[in-house]
Amino acid sequence: MTAHLNPAVAAASHGYRRLLARRVGLLAGIGIALVAAVLLDLSTGSSGMTLGALVDGLLHPQNLAVTDRVIIWNVRLPYALMAVLVGAALSLAGAEMQAILNNPLASPFTLGVSSAAALGASLIIVFPVSSALLSRDSIVALSAFVFACGSMFLLHGMSRLRGAGVETLVLFGIALVFSCNALVALLQLLATEDVLQQLVFWSLGSVARANWDKLSILAVVLALILPFSLHASSRMTLLRMGEDRAQSFGVDVRRLRFFSLLRISLLSATAVAFVGTIGFIGLVGPHIARILIGEDQRFLFPASALVGALLLSLSSVVSKIIMPGVIVPVGIVTALVGVPIFVALVFKRGRQL
Amino acid sequence: MSAQGLVISHAQVTYGRRVVIADASLPELQPGTLTALIGPNGAGKSTLLRGLAGLERLQGTVSLQDRQLTTMSVSERARLITYMPQHLPPGLGLSVIESVMAALRVGGSGGDYLEQAYAALQRIGIEHLADRMLNALSGGQRQLVSLGQLIARRPSVMLLDEPTSALDLSYQLRVMECVRDMVRQHQLIAVIVMHDISLAARYADTIAVLRDGRIMGFGAAEDVLTPQLFADVYGVKARVERCSQQTLQVLVDCPV
Repeated sequence: MTAHLNPAVAAASHGYRRLLARRVGLLAGIGIALVAAVLLDLSTGSSGMTLGALVDGLLHPQNLAVTDRVIIWNVRLPYALMAVLVGAALSLAGAEMQAILNNPLASPFTLGVSSAAALGASLIIVFPVSSALLSRDSIVALSAFVFACGSMFLLHGMSRLRGAGVETLVLFGIALVFSCNALVALLQLLATEDVLQQLVFWSLGSVARANWDKLSILAVVLALILPFSLHASSRMTLLRMGEDRAQSFGVDVRRLRFFSLLRISLLSATAVAFVGTIGFIGLVGPHIARILIGEDQRFLFPASALVGALLLSLSSVVSKIIMPGVIVPVGIVTALVGVPIFVALVFKRGRQL
Repeated sequence: MSAQGLVISHAQVTYGRRVVIADASLPELQPGTLTALIGPNGAGKSTLLRGLAGLERLQGTVSLQDRQLTTMSVSERARLITYMPQHLPPGLGLSVIESVMAALRVGGSGGDYLEQAYAALQRIGIEHLADRMLNALSGGQRQLVSLGQLIARRPSVMLLDEPTSALDLSYQLRVMECVRDMVRQHQLIAVIVMHDISLAARYADTIAVLRDGRIMGFGAAEDVLTPQLFADVYGVKARVERCSQQTLQVLVDCPV
């Protein structure tokens, strides 16, 4: 019997290993594309620096003239890395959100988490709170985080209600977007001219407000969260096959959702707090990753992060070249590119149903 | 006397805040037997099953191998009892073998999951589908994969909620044959919610009838399925005829 079984298992093992190899290969491929996109992003700009000079400047900063050093180390590199980290954070948050809400249209942007974060940030910008311990930027980020968490738990509560289907949740998310936007508009009305400028600037997502402090905080948040996401990924895969199935197989779905919501809030709120509202990366990133990699969340989570980073990197390149001499806020680019993709996804889903 | 099987005595199951099953008792369900739960829509069949699976609040004396289900840890219960919802969602980008391995990876007993998953597919006779993607399978094939996930976990009890609904006739028979073989070979206890009474009569060792959350009958098909039962439970006038040793046919004349 065993002698019979082994060649068959070996064949199954071969098929499975081929699938795994394909997935690892795809992850590596996306990683390489990301490196290329980052180099392209670094070499794009109004100063006309060549790629060779740029790489040389990165490797040997001491050889650079002061202006070039400032351009590379204070502008291009932080912007490019911010695009990578924010893209990864938003897309990972979107992937987790789609898994725990079992809803392919879920993302921090479409379900109002970004809008709630923007409301939190706007409140502090209009009504500043001073603290001896925290800088103003940190308080703005903290407020954005608290509001993002609040909106996530509201969504979580809604998804727990019996009879709340995918449509209800999406509608509730849209309602949240409109409510938050209305409140932000009210704050804009109350704000002085100076504050209004800050609010508008804040609401247009842009990597141009990157600095090394923000980069390190976001990098730490991502580095802390990714292992926990990966740890939960097997249970998430089971959850994708149905909540009842997962629960009867011993997954504590409530706990899984709760901790995932914390991770999503932390990721999306930190990203939004630092660069403002950047839409659609959290929606489109996981979808592209899913098409490439499949539904095994152990691969999907890292793939989503990489695809998100790649998309925002490319958007950052586009934001520099569409209007010569002007860096268009990258949030505008992602929204413009994201809308047609979003519509295409909705139609594709409609056909599947 | 020790009980090897599943004992349900004065069980109460609450769905949300509503008590759906107020007081249900069944004779001990023995290992190696298949019990069909039948009854009209809203009778509480699925709720009773979900209560046993730990998905709804269960109270009363419900024990498996002399151990109380209500006080068992989630992981221990999940190891002994598996539950199969009606459908595996379509459109999942997972290979068949991967999906079975995913079922083993959470709360599995360790060892080589690939080998265990493949063995489960072999037992069901769908090992040729191992590398196919779930979103490329038919509904019937997906249901067999779903069964594979349960089998791979080597449970003592299988709870299946309408496993044959939305399947064509050949897959209905194939799924039920498969379940019955598993039950016999591995001495499992299977409780299956079914709407097709002829199919239930063909495959179940015992039939439990539910209406309004109460057990209206329990026993072998020929003893339970009587014209009186159809009148009482379903409100229809029906005759039951034996076609062969294995099959009973229910002939519905008209509503009462």
